[in-house]
Order: sequence, then C-alpha cells, then structure tokens
Amino acid sequence: MIIGHCPLHNELSMKIITRKKVVTISISLGILLILVILLSITLGSVRLRPFRSISILIQSLLGLKGAGTETEKTIILSLRFPRALLAGLVGAGLSVSGAIFQTLLRNPLADPYILGVSSGAAVGAIVAILMGLSTLSFGLPLASFVGALLAISVVFYFGRQEGKIHPNTLLLAGVIVGSFLSALIMFFISISQREELHTIIFWLMGDFSFSNYRAILIISPYIFIGFLFLYLQARSLNLMLTGEESALQLGVNVERLKLLSYLCASFITAASVSVCGLVGFVGLIVPHSVRLVFGPDHRLLIPSSALVGASFLIASDTLGRTLLAPVELPVGVITASFGGPFFIYLLRTRKVVKTL
Amino acid sequence: MIDVNSVSFRYLKDWVLQDISFQVGKGEFIGVIGPNGSGKSTLLKILYRLLSPQKGEVRFEFVPLKKMSRKDIAKKIAVVAQETYPLFPFRVMEIVLMGRSPYLGHLMFESERDLEIAKKAMEWTEILPISERPIDELSGGERKRVFIARALAQEPEVILLDEPTANLDIHHQIEFLDLILSLNRERGLTIIMASHDLNLASEFCDRLILLQKGEVYQIGTPEEVITRENIESVYGCGVWVDQNPVSGMPRISLLKKEVH
Repeated sequence: MIIGHCPLHNELSMKIITRKKVVTISISLGILLILVILLSITLGSVRLRPFRSISILIQSLLGLKGAGTETEKTIILSLRFPRALLAGLVGAGLSVSGAIFQTLLRNPLADPYILGVSSGAAVGAIVAILMGLSTLSFGLPLASFVGALLAISVVFYFGRQEGKIHPNTLLLAGVIVGSFLSALIMFFISISQREELHTIIFWLMGDFSFSNYRAILIISPYIFIGFLFLYLQARSLNLMLTGEESALQLGVNVERLKLLSYLCASFITAASVSVCGLVGFVGLIVPHSVRLVFGPDHRLLIPSSALVGASFLIASDTLGRTLLAPVELPVGVITASFGGPFFIYLLRTRKVVKTL
Repeated sequence: MIDVNSVSFRYLKDWVLQDISFQVGKGEFIGVIGPNGSGKSTLLKILYRLLSPQKGEVRFEFVPLKKMSRKDIAKKIAVVAQETYPLFPFRVMEIVLMGRSPYLGHLMFESERDLEIAKKAMEWTEILPISERPIDELSGGERKRVFIARALAQEPEVILLDEPTANLDIHHQIEFLDLILSLNRERGLTIIMASHDLNLASEFCDRLILLQKGEVYQIGTPEEVITRENIESVYGCGVWVDQNPVSGMPRISLLKKEVH
C-alpha cells in the first residue's frame, strides 16, 4: 500500500501532541502564571499601586536600588513575593502528584493525600507543635517531612506483594495507614491546649503565612527532580493508562515505572505539605480540569498541570488573604470551596471519566 | 521462528502448563484451542514474557525470550488481548500511535514517519474515518480494529490474539478474522490465536494446538485435530463433526445430552 502525502496526513499531525504544541501551551500558561504572581504582590491588606509594586519587584530582582519605601519593599520582597513563589511550588507539586496518583492507582478519585502521606506529615507537624518546635522555622517542616517519609515507607512495605506493587493493595494499605494516623491526629488534638489548637487547625487546612525563601530553597530540589523523573516517563505513563499488561506489551518496564512514580509523587507531596500544611483539593481538581481541556496525554498533562496548579494556588491564597482582610483565611478553605462544587460538577457530567 | 521447548509454568502450587513443546514457522496461522482452564491464555502470556516459565524456555529466532529486552520483544511480537479500557478517554489515533512506543526514546515525540506508519495501520483496518473519536465511544468491533491497528503500528513479525472474537456478533467475527487472515497472507505476519470458537479456528488456522489440562493433547492441521474423538475426550461433551459444505474444513455441531 503506497500513500502519498495527502492533506489528511497533515491534518493528523495537527491533532496529535507534538513538541511544538507542548512548548506553546507551556509558554502561554507560564505567562499566565507570571501575571498571577504579579497580581498577587499588588493585592493584600495593605494596598499598593500595581505598577509601582511591579517595578519595585523587578528592580530588586535585577539588583537595582530603585523606587519604593522600606515598608513597600518589605511587604513585597519579604512577604508577598516569597509567599507567591511557595504557593506556586506547592500548587505545581500537588497537581502533578495528584495526576500521577490517578494514573498509578488507576483511580480518578485519587489525590496526593490518598496514600496517607498527608496524615504522616500531619502527625509529624502536630508532634512538633505540641513539643513547641513550631517556633523554630525549620522544626515544623522537618518534623512533618519525617512523618510523611515514615508513612510512605510503611505504606510501601505493606502495599507490595512478592516485590510487586499492586495498585489496589497499595491503595488499601494507604487508606488503612491513613485512618490509623488520623486516629493519632484526633488523639493529639484532644489533648492539646487552646493556642496549640489554633496552630494545628491552621496547619491542617493549609497555611502560607510563614512563607520564606529558605522553605522555597529546601523544597525546590524535591519538586523539580520529581518533575524531571516523571516527565521522562510521560509516554510510558500514557501506556499505563491503557492497562498494565498493555503497557508491558509495548515495552514498558511496568514494575520500575510504578516504583518510580510512587516514590516521585510521594516525595513531591511530602515536600509540599511540609512547608504549608494540608492544602486540599488542588491535586484533584487541577489535573481533571487540565485533562478536560488538553486531553490525558502526560507529555502535556504534567507541564500544564504544574503551571495551572501553581497559578490556581497562588490565586486561592491571594483570595484567602484579601477576602476578609486583615483577617487571613487558610488557603485550604478557599481551595475546598472551589473543589467541592467542582467535584459535584464532575460527578454530574461524567465528562472526564466514565468510571466515576 | 518461535521455538517453545518443554515449557512448564505454575502460578503458586499447581502446574498450569506442563512440558509444552512446539514450533511455529514464519507466516503460519496457529490456533490454540482447549477448554476453560486448559492454559491457553497462560501459554500466550508466556509467548510475550508477561509470565516466565519455571521450566523450559521460549526462543524467538533462536534467541531466548528472557535475554531480550521488553522493547525488543515489543518490536517483534504484538498482542491483542481481551478488552482494556483506558482510564481516561484517549482518541483512536493516540491509541494507535502508542504502538510506536518501542521505537521511541524517553522524550521523543512521534515523527512524520511514525505518523505515516500509524496512518497506514488505520487505513488497513479501516478506522481512518473514526481516528478522532474517543476510544470509549466506539462499538466492540471498532475497538477491536483499533487495537489491531496499534499492533500493526508496532511493525511486528508476530501477532498474538487472545479470544479475539469473544463479544463480537457473527458479522464482526468473520470480518475481524478476514482482516487477520489478510495480514497473514498478504503481509506474511505470523498469527497465534487462542480461541474458544472451534469452527472459526478450524476455518482460519493452518495448524491447531489442542490443550488439555495444561498439556498438549494434539498438534496438527484442523482435519487432524478436530475429530469427534479428540473433542469429546478433551471437552467432555457430545459433538458431531462433519465438513463445512463450502470450505470442506471440519465443522462441529453441538449435541444435547438426550440426542447424544
């Protein structure tokens, strides 16, 4: 059968995922992210003029001594800008790990917290708060990261059979470990004092008010290295969506892929929640929304989930601190109030997945 | 081409396959038949190393399968197994292009050549007009053809089919097997098909492997294998075997107990 280059051929290449398409969409979403960051530094309980604050930021980033009073510089450079960056990192991390957990567990309802990573982190954080370590800027994140790692290891240990990861066994192990840790969380809450309680509850709902550059530096490697590893597996992850046997028939080393994606997604989640607590729903709604628009191909899904997730969480956090200013709402309240209705929409339309 | 040498396999305790040996030549159309639990699917899974036998070995063109990488196996052997639904709805051409995976590196996107191959595969299987439809909106017959197109995009030498005609009506059964036969005859693809449909197997296959409780009962042409004695002894039910009046191949009629 000999086929020339007919017009239909070009039509086909228009409609599949190409490198050019991924780059174009990523750049567009990147520009959106930058706009959201700029918007977030101008909004807050102290109103700053948009162009003035943007020029202060840009001049400082370039190392110039330019416009702006000390107060303005402090608000922008020490408070709002690091906060936006951290929210962006966490939003990107949770969205990508949510997408990966949905693929790995073959379950559209999966999110980054489904395997108990969050409960482990919460136990760590609460222990740190009760021991008074939360006043040290590294005590709380460190303790919650350690807690998350313990949960990851225990789930991994119980979630395997004969050295292989079975998605359903892993899911069961995760849910059970998570419930046990939730019992611990309830126990700690029941014995804690009033001031500690406030800190604990804010942590459990997700809170960026302690953002600083050090947190950004500490979690960046986990998140970026995780992204890199996962992106290298993007096409194999597509094949996994058609079933494990099917992926194996097409030359994928399925066991290695499952191990790698479990570890990367778990570490990204652990690093993310350790600096800001449990921000809910991001890891569920962002990947699903991105799939609705761009389709399920991981080569596009991973970068666009990261960028959309970053923008979404920065926007939610900005809303959280401006809505009732000067009172700050935990960002989790905002994401959940978007997430709930969105989830019902998913269930009603069943546009994303037939299995919901 | 494929050399199965005293292969035995067990999942946990009991042997599912015992001492299976046979050869498959290039361009043959082989049928694997036998009752439920006789080991047909397991045998197929061993042929593409989803499972590895505890005893014996499988060689592909004289190379032991266990010495080949997954990608190398995928370049030689394509599989169309029982229905798999993707978790999220990929479109037809995306599924077909997945067949190119064994040839692509980690970060590589499909080239013009990959597109050309996928397009030819879709043309051959007559699914080009539905190439943009989501896979979960297709009928059973269409979906089967999509997975054949994906297998063709792998540019394999062998296609393994596991119960390909289950869930298809007679029109789609014959249409599907005619397509497979054309791939076999015109493109020289070797076909190994596990099937419950003895009449279709008899009609389309060059040779049949009849399995009973994990052992080879008989290997031969349909005329040699599909006999009343063989089928009654292996399946344990009453049958009548005569000839298909048009093709002359063995034909099985099922008998009720009282008639038998």
